[in-house]
Amino acid sequence: MSDIQSQTDVFFIRRQMAETLPPPRRTSGPIGWARANLFGSAADALLTIIGIVIAVAVLVPLVEWAFVNATWTGDNREACAANTIGACWAFVRANLGQFIYGRYPDPERWRVNVFFVLMAAGIIPLAIPSAPFKGLNLLYVFIIFPVVSGFLLLGGALGLPEVETALWGGLFLTLVVSYVGMALSLPFGILLALGRRSDMPAVHYVSVFIIEVCRGVPLITVLFMAGILLPLFFPTGVNFDKLLRALFGVSLFASAYMAEVIRGGLQAVPKGQYEGAKALGLGYWQMTRLIILPQAIKIVIPGIVNTFIGLFKDTSLVYIISIFELLSTVRNSFSNPDWATSTTPASGLAFAAIVFWIFCFGMSQYSRFIERRLNTGHRR
Amino acid sequence: MTLPELATETPLDRSQLKVSSSEVAVDMVGVNKWYGDFHVLKDINLRVMRGERIVIAGPSGSGKSTMIRCINGLEEHQKGRIVVDDIELTDDLKRIDEVRREVGMVFQHFNLFPHLTILENCTLAPIWVRKMPKKEAEDVAMQYLERVKIPEQANKYPGQLSGGQQQRVAIARALCMNPRIMLFDEPTSALDPEMIKEVLDVMVNLAASGMTMICVTHEMGFARQVANRVIFMDAGQIIEQNEPEEFFLHPQHERTKLFLSQILH
Repeated sequence: MSDIQSQTDVFFIRRQMAETLPPPRRTSGPIGWARANLFGSAADALLTIIGIVIAVAVLVPLVEWAFVNATWTGDNREACAANTIGACWAFVRANLGQFIYGRYPDPERWRVNVFFVLMAAGIIPLAIPSAPFKGLNLLYVFIIFPVVSGFLLLGGALGLPEVETALWGGLFLTLVVSYVGMALSLPFGILLALGRRSDMPAVHYVSVFIIEVCRGVPLITVLFMAGILLPLFFPTGVNFDKLLRALFGVSLFASAYMAEVIRGGLQAVPKGQYEGAKALGLGYWQMTRLIILPQAIKIVIPGIVNTFIGLFKDTSLVYIISIFELLSTVRNSFSNPDWATSTTPASGLAFAAIVFWIFCFGMSQYSRFIERRLNTGHRR
Repeated sequence: MTLPELATETPLDRSQLKVSSSEVAVDMVGVNKWYGDFHVLKDINLRVMRGERIVIAGPSGSGKSTMIRCINGLEEHQKGRIVVDDIELTDDLKRIDEVRREVGMVFQHFNLFPHLTILENCTLAPIWVRKMPKKEAEDVAMQYLERVKIPEQANKYPGQLSGGQQQRVAIARALCMNPRIMLFDEPTSALDPEMIKEVLDVMVNLAASGMTMICVTHEMGFARQVANRVIFMDAGQIIEQNEPEEFFLHPQHERTKLFLSQILH
């Protein structure tokens, strides 16, 4: 052994301890996170810095405009006239009633409030998956609530003074139009989608025709036709309410979109599910209702919510036939001489944007929650 | 030629499997079917007696699956007569539904309903098609789930079960409709080898109970032990049919010999 050592002068066993290397960089905690995500490399660091600069450049003026320099109180344009660099929230505050209720008469506004409460009472339990009585809830949401609300808001019966729909407006009308659009587009969209997949030629072609015509033209056109052309087809003396015609147009348009979303879901259900259901002797409607639709709708929840969000924002187009929902109510108030200043339009539009955003963001968050929930448990 | 063996727990007494009935369960006369220009089924003549167990073998694409799918109207035939349980299959949807009520089917890929629990899978058709009260349907379902040895899975979802368990549920689901005829379309082809046995066990038990069964399968051991008749199909035709012993020991047709030499080692 010692001979070999002396001959070769090679050691196979290390005699000295190796130098201690630094521990791995931390990957947890805020510093670790920043290092991993923001400053991973020179290019990353550069992008991070550029990003921060842009964010500051945008956010600082925005915060200054919306908060620091904003006018919060005041009874008329005097308060905001001098303020050219900040938002005029006093204007929004003073006109809030109009933004919410439109021209609905002041003493009757409680009816709109009751409508809001009734709507929440239907939607909230429906949205909570564990809440009981879903069947009853659906009946309420699709039938009872719309009928009751119709009587409540229109009046003219049971001692309630009549409020014609021309006076309806603001956020309240936006909610009415989108609610009706959603509540009708889902069932009709399902029917159109099933119709399009039908083997019966008449049903198939009628469905294809409705879907393609409604999807192929802009909503404004549909509203125009519903608002202006439709009355020409009615016999003289028969006159449908303008709002009713707008609701019809919006629902038809939304149904066509919904139909294509649902059809995507129907196509995603494996053929074996149809065969399994048929082999058990289930009829077409039983199979569709019990086996196919529950799976198809689950698959396309994101698409349905997407359509709902689009529909909610599209309701602002009903202004084209002089129906004043939230956005057009806000825009109308710009010309109010009491409040006409250089900053009121921006403030009013910002307010409208925030309201729309809250609703749409709420819907999108809810759909994410439902997706996560449905993805657990019984995935095949 | 070596005879295929069936490894099941239940020793089977072939005398249990005698067919005494002279009732016709399924009668196919001159059945033809085309997919466009492709002639899938050519002049199929097949009579299945009540209580008979038929195994249909043959290479893939020979029309075996298509043939049994014609029996419950999942595929429609274009020529010939199919009479199932004295009901002739036409394009009348009512009759097709009537036939489907009496004919249970088990698929290669189970086709359980993933959004329903095992118990709900089993009770769905009895409740909606047979109008059975829910409680009764659940009792019946539990009986069959016990028979296929998975009552403890009743409240799980199909996705939580193994393939073999899912296929046993599929058999129980079909049995819950109390069918007079059972069709099996390659019930073990999608299963891992160690799960095939548990499914075959259930099928052997079912055979012993006297059920009329028509099985498309490559399990030649099962065919030999359980079938009254083995039918060999190729290119849309029934080439040969015989009792299992004869079929395996003395195949008549060249095509059959080739097939058997490839499938039995």
